[in-house]
Amino acid sequence: MTGWGNIGWQARFGLLLLAALGLMALAAPLIAPGDPLALSGPPLLRPFLDAAHPLGTDRLGRDVLAGIVHGSRTTLMIALFSAAAALMFGSLIGTLSGFLGGIVDLALMRLTEAFQTVPAFLLALAAISMSGPGIPTLVFAISLGNWTQAARVTRAEVLSLRERDFVAAARVLGMRPLEIAFREILPNAFGPLVSLAAISVASAILIEAALSFLGFGDPNRVTWGSMIAEGRTVLRAAPYLSVVPGIALVATVLGVHFAGRGLALREGVSRRERVAQ
Amino acid sequence: MPPLATFLLKRLAAALPVLAIVLLGSFALLEAAPGDAVDAYIGRSGALDAGQIEALRRELRLDEGPANRLAAYVSALARGDLGWSSAFERPVASVVAERLPVTLLLMGVSTALAFLLGSLLGVVAGARPGSWRDRFLSTASLALYAVPGFWLGLVLIVVFSVHLHWLPIGGIEAVASGRTGLARIGDIAAHMVLPVASLSMIYLGLYLRLMRDRMAAIWNEPFALALKARGLSRTRIVWRHIARNAIVPAVTMLGLQAAAMLGGSVVIESVFAIPGFGRLAAEAVSRRDTPLLLGVILCSALIVILANLLVDLAYGKLDPRVRIRT
Repeated sequence: MTGWGNIGWQARFGLLLLAALGLMALAAPLIAPGDPLALSGPPLLRPFLDAAHPLGTDRLGRDVLAGIVHGSRTTLMIALFSAAAALMFGSLIGTLSGFLGGIVDLALMRLTEAFQTVPAFLLALAAISMSGPGIPTLVFAISLGNWTQAARVTRAEVLSLRERDFVAAARVLGMRPLEIAFREILPNAFGPLVSLAAISVASAILIEAALSFLGFGDPNRVTWGSMIAEGRTVLRAAPYLSVVPGIALVATVLGVHFAGRGLALREGVSRRERVAQ
Repeated sequence: MPPLATFLLKRLAAALPVLAIVLLGSFALLEAAPGDAVDAYIGRSGALDAGQIEALRRELRLDEGPANRLAAYVSALARGDLGWSSAFERPVASVVAERLPVTLLLMGVSTALAFLLGSLLGVVAGARPGSWRDRFLSTASLALYAVPGFWLGLVLIVVFSVHLHWLPIGGIEAVASGRTGLARIGDIAAHMVLPVASLSMIYLGLYLRLMRDRMAAIWNEPFALALKARGLSRTRIVWRHIARNAIVPAVTMLGLQAAAMLGGSVVIESVFAIPGFGRLAAEAVSRRDTPLLLGVILCSALIVILANLLVDLAYGKLDPRVRIRT
């Protein structure tokens, strides 16, 4: 069993960081009540000078801490939803491809390759150009370029599971093929998807940040990417406006990577142990 | 036919279905976009009378069914006609051709730097897995992997351009400086330092980790033990045997990473105000120029396919087991 004590410092550090971020996102209305886009003080106040604005204020006098705290909600929400959508769609395609084989496999794998050939960021831009900014569009846009790896990994796993005895047993029991694929095979193929989940979340966060940095995010919500873009206009006078949200971004992605890598290592070890037994 | 030509033809044939799917997708997007090519044309040249509009629509086969429109679209693409850019009031192909060299230069230098430095550090880390060097470099690679390139770019601008005044703040060369020859190359190089650093850091971390992890796995194989038993020097084992075997997955990644780096160049070129191909994509979206965006997407797909082709060719050189078969 994987416990807190034996997951390694990297995973523990990552999980703690993520827990802190999750708490911050949940408690956002308590830490920084009110609208984070509202003007709340003098403009361009530097950090650590005023207790009312510990991280300072931006060009228009909006509180940076409030932006960071509320931005974490948008960032985490979009990243989690789009990574989940990408993993679900990818594992669906991968399961169908690996289980059905033949022409379906060929067609789905060409489709996967086509999506891998076009840069994920350009796919996201294309989706946004079609339906305009907004949270659902962003989730869709980001998952568009993020599902292919899940499809490939699931397919490989399904191919190796397909010939196992428990699948033959399910067939003998009279289960329908798709029932076997999704109730018997897919749950057993989840293992490698765990480590992929961390990578998906991290890349979703980075793509979301880049999109909102370029001004293609939801204009009615504060995000870290849009804060960095906003600070860029006064980069010479107030570099902290771009630096601070970036640090939040780096800390989040770092937390996801550390947690993911630590857990994946454990997962790998325990899988090997299971196989050995 | 020489084996190389056969191999290239085979690979290109394998890429055709993928290219066809990308084409179909971009055609669907073009169909879904509001307005058509004639609307864009009218926007450029001012009023046309109804008869002229009809004639133009017929000429571009816009009055026919989607199947004929698709045929017209594909045949236009085959002739190198990517459509009309309403934002630039020029053919998409000429805008793309103008912007591409800068981005290819940026990507080429960044890829080379990330690959060479990343795998070199990976060898240092993987030479002794578990050593303090390995632990430090592995952690550093994860950290690099978490830094968004565009933010790194801004931080580098603050440090090296705003405070230290060492490097230019943006652009690809000094405007109207009249420099020629070596002076001009030096000027472009100075402008490239920060964008290349921001674009390559993530991938540097990637190659470091890939190389290190692969080397750590190879040390466990029996042949590594055999080499040690034969009394080969550690340096020789590390470089000639372990690293040489570990480089293959890193080369694979070169092909996979081409798409990601093209995507990354969109933001990096915006940060550094570089008039490149990537920034064109962002401009196309904000100026609602669908044909331009699709032109960028199609060209990116071609670049990625070509990059993977080059990687396949490199395989044969690196790994005798995958010599080109005909």
